[in-house]
Amino acid sequence: MTMATFMQQLTNGISLGSLYALIAIGYTMVYGILRLINFAHGDIVMMAAYFAFFGIAVFHIPWYITFLAVVLLTALLGIVVERTAYRTLRDAPRTSILISAIGVSFLLENLATYLFSGIPKAFPEFKFMTTPFSVGGVLIQPLVVVVPVVTILLLFVLLFIINKTRLGMAMRAVSKDYETARLMGIEINGVISATFGIGSGLAAVGALMWGMKYSSIQPLMGVMPGLKCFIAAVIGGIGNIKGAVLGGFILGLAEILLVAFLPSLTGYRDAIAFIILIIILLFRPMGILGEKQTDKV
Amino acid sequence: MGNSVNASGANQKSNRMKYVRIGILLVVVLIFVFIADITVNSYVRRILNLCAIYTILGLSMNLVNGFTGLFSLGQAGFMAVGAYCVAVFTVPVESRAAMFYLVPQNPAIANLELPFVVALLLGGFVSAFFAFLIGFPVLRLKGDYLAIATLGFSEIIRIVFTNTQTITNGALGIKGIPTINRLWWTFGIAILVVIFMFLLINSTYGRAFKAIREDEIAAEAMGISLFKHKVLSFTISGFLAGIGGGLFAALLGTVDPKQFYFTLTYNFLLIIVLGGMGSISGTIISAFIVTAGLEWLRLLDEPHAIFGWNVPLFRPGLRMVVFSILLMAIVLFWSRGLMGNQELSWEYVKKVPDKVRNAFRIKSAKGGAAK
Repeated sequence: MTMATFMQQLTNGISLGSLYALIAIGYTMVYGILRLINFAHGDIVMMAAYFAFFGIAVFHIPWYITFLAVVLLTALLGIVVERTAYRTLRDAPRTSILISAIGVSFLLENLATYLFSGIPKAFPEFKFMTTPFSVGGVLIQPLVVVVPVVTILLLFVLLFIINKTRLGMAMRAVSKDYETARLMGIEINGVISATFGIGSGLAAVGALMWGMKYSSIQPLMGVMPGLKCFIAAVIGGIGNIKGAVLGGFILGLAEILLVAFLPSLTGYRDAIAFIILIIILLFRPMGILGEKQTDKV
Repeated sequence: MGNSVNASGANQKSNRMKYVRIGILLVVVLIFVFIADITVNSYVRRILNLCAIYTILGLSMNLVNGFTGLFSLGQAGFMAVGAYCVAVFTVPVESRAAMFYLVPQNPAIANLELPFVVALLLGGFVSAFFAFLIGFPVLRLKGDYLAIATLGFSEIIRIVFTNTQTITNGALGIKGIPTINRLWWTFGIAILVVIFMFLLINSTYGRAFKAIREDEIAAEAMGISLFKHKVLSFTISGFLAGIGGGLFAALLGTVDPKQFYFTLTYNFLLIIVLGGMGSISGTIISAFIVTAGLEWLRLLDEPHAIFGWNVPLFRPGLRMVVFSILLMAIVLFWSRGLMGNQELSWEYVKKVPDKVRNAFRIKSAKGGAAK
């Protein structure tokens, strides 16, 4: 493998990793607060991609307005999902909440298949994002650079919100101790809604860039990225936002580079994430940046 | 249960009555299968077969999820193992070359053809072995992590089957598996599995499983080996899922990796949630309701006209939307399901009229209070 191809693969890995990172943040935030795997998160990504498709390709709204609307709509969708499927089960056994999460995910997939049909649709093209330019023999799409930059920017914004604002402080309090936070007068439901909103909004940004990168969308497109991004969150240490970003990058790079170095394993690409997950869970269940938790009896 | 030592005579009598009732029930079921086997048409026969297979798979999932309290989502993967064992070993040798046209089948198994029973049992055992292997690392995990890890393994099994073309013919799948037409295979095995499950759940192992479900720490303090029992439950569940998968393959006549996508597991999840997590009889009832119901819901996917006006609501896909809404509605509003963790026994049936009466009494009392 020449240096140029290696660099090519490396940039691909980083850009895929940043997409995973954006989506993984949503998982980790929800898990941090509710201790719940939001199975529907991947499908929220899918819905965001369809919102964008309808905005641009069907209603011909300018892309910048569409993008803003998509982020807001998706955030709203996340909040609605939480209100209907999770809030009523706040005190129910964990299995019920998990089944409800699976139910929402399945419902969104089937609803999308029903409404938009299972046939893949072409995501609107963005020429200025996909026309490659050459840097020292390496062909790079502007998108490949834009994705990591956007991810890192959003990460800083998010860290600012969490560390410096009142809302962020409330989120940290709820994540630390749900009951005590409530006793301290924090409006729990509002904080949880905000968490779902922010997580889903970030997922929408991920979906937009996902659509530009792969240019085809279909109702089950969110399933695999959803599972992988959850795995990314676990690798980095679930509940930890920087960890989710780190996990996303690790997973993206691992997938691209393994296939690049060992092309015979291409068919097993989707299995890599699960293998990493199982290794991590066995040897460092709290993830790379996570803190060790002890069970209270 | 008897409250005093003197009640043992009465206990023996009630036990004998219990066996008589079970015997009568068994005879009734067998007569039903016998009559159904000769009277129903092929469409109904197929649905009844599927009901029996889903009963087996529902019970296999309920053993782990309902009785042992481990949330596993690996059912589709274990099914795939059983299904492929039956598919690979029972397809007639002469039709194989035409099917494996992209990559020829591995010479070690290309000429190996086994009788259905042997292939089915082999599927069960291979699947149990996989469950045993997977159980070792995975069963150390809890709750959501276990769910994701088992789901991951189920997907890995599917991906491996897609890629091992010399054995499984990859994404093309295997066609022309000799099919089962009678009801006896599926119902016979389902009845055996039900009996086995009742014996298992009422044995010391079954009580240990339930103790683990209720409180792991307390169970461990009572001297129950958590890991041993979890692996045992998981392995038995894998065996049953493999058998169910094998029957599934023999019913459909074709297998391909796409059938065993992890959403297949959601069917059994709906069955055990509706029937009640931790109820054998609930699982049986709900397996029949869900399977027949899903089949009946197919009418939602066809176009319908009301007074000549073609309702645009009915088109392919609506069935699955309704299916997922049902799953959600049951979890949100009726989390006990049909039976909770109770069993449908003679005593339970006898209490039903009282329960109905009580329900009405409470309602009328509430109505009175409102006035």
